[in-house]
Amino acid sequence: MEDIVKKRIKQVLKGDQSAFEEIVSLYQNRLYQVCYRMLGNRHEAEDIAQEAFIRAYINLHTFDQKRKFSTWLYRIATNLCIDRIRKKKPDTFLDAPVPGTDGLDHYSRLAHDSPLPEEEVEKMEQQERVQYEISRLPDKYRSAIVLRYIEELPLQEISEILDLPLGTVKTRIHRGREALRKQMKKL
Amino acid sequence: MKPCPEEIVQYMHDYLDGEITRRDEQILKEHLEQCPACQEHMDQLSRSVAFLKSASHIEAPEGFSARIMASLPKERQGAGVRRWFGRHPMLAAAAMFMLLAGLALFSNFNTSDQQLVVSTQPNLVVEGNKVTVPEGETVKGDLVVRNGELHIEGEVEGDVTVINGSKYMASTAVVTGRIEEIDRAFEWLWYTIKSGIKEGLSVFEGPGADDKEK
Ligand SMILES: [Zn+2]
Repeated sequence: MEDIVKKRIKQVLKGDQSAFEEIVSLYQNRLYQVCYRMLGNRHEAEDIAQEAFIRAYINLHTFDQKRKFSTWLYRIATNLCIDRIRKKKPDTFLDAPVPGTDGLDHYSRLAHDSPLPEEEVEKMEQQERVQYEISRLPDKYRSAIVLRYIEELPLQEISEILDLPLGTVKTRIHRGREALRKQMKKL
Repeated sequence: MKPCPEEIVQYMHDYLDGEITRRDEQILKEHLEQCPACQEHMDQLSRSVAFLKSASHIEAPEGFSARIMASLPKERQGAGVRRWFGRHPMLAAAAMFMLLAGLALFSNFNTSDQQLVVSTQPNLVVEGNKVTVPEGETVKGDLVVRNGELHIEGEVEGDVTVINGSKYMASTAVVTGRIEEIDRAFEWLWYTIKSGIKEGLSVFEGPGADDKEK
């Protein structure tokens, strides 16, 4: 797959914009999923994933073609997500609920700052609960945990995506697992 | 009861990362068998991981890639046209042919092109619509005669092209280049396109570096 992607990249660099569509199709689900798990909101996830692809397009000439394209793309997306989380002000959480989002946004909007009462957590569907627990993880651990367990990437690749030493990535994943364990001791 | 070894929690994580040495794994295993607290800790970690892995796959919304394509910065002007011609050189030639044919039929061929046109070499003899390369003379460079009769008795150092006309070669005639006769308007057009196609395509393709985004 990387081969076809590299071919398309060359075409885009030659001015063939339409060749970018295949690149988007190949990675859109993975990128959107990371953004969704990081941000916990479908609208924001779409917004950021789209921004990530546009940035990739604009900066494609800076991509080192000897490297793995998905790593580069994930890196753009996770950086954008981390920025977005940092800029998020508490009043963002007061947005009206968005229809057709299965109630997931409601819980993630409340995020980790204000844990829900226990009985409400217990009423959650399994999938709601997963997103809720991820959103309660501290930002630093969340990106590493999402890349490890949602995207199922090897530690080495995560270290390249987050631009952190391998040891730091391991520490974050260990702490993320511990945080999760404490969040859901009663599971 | 003796306290748990300090590294035991680290061993749990190494185990979950799949990066534990056989020796450490042995220590971990032996400790967990005799320590319910650490066994519980390990179980909670494993359950947390399993819980994360149970997250369902999320797919990008409908129309996502189309929206991205629509919001990309516009291509440099003309890049699309250049690409199209680059991919379809024969269609490009045909399109150019049609264009030139149209122009030629409505202008050139009806009027001035009926007149004799000849490339200007000093030692050519022109009488009426008859052009002669006299015996013993050498014409240097390519010779083009349009709407006329060309008589070659001497020598031409170059190509000879006769368009819409005729050509007689005497036994003494010598032409060092190629000889081409083009009789009909469309053939002449093809000739024009053929000789212009390299130039034409290089115009369409442009220098590669130009196509890149800044
Ligand atoms: Zn113990």
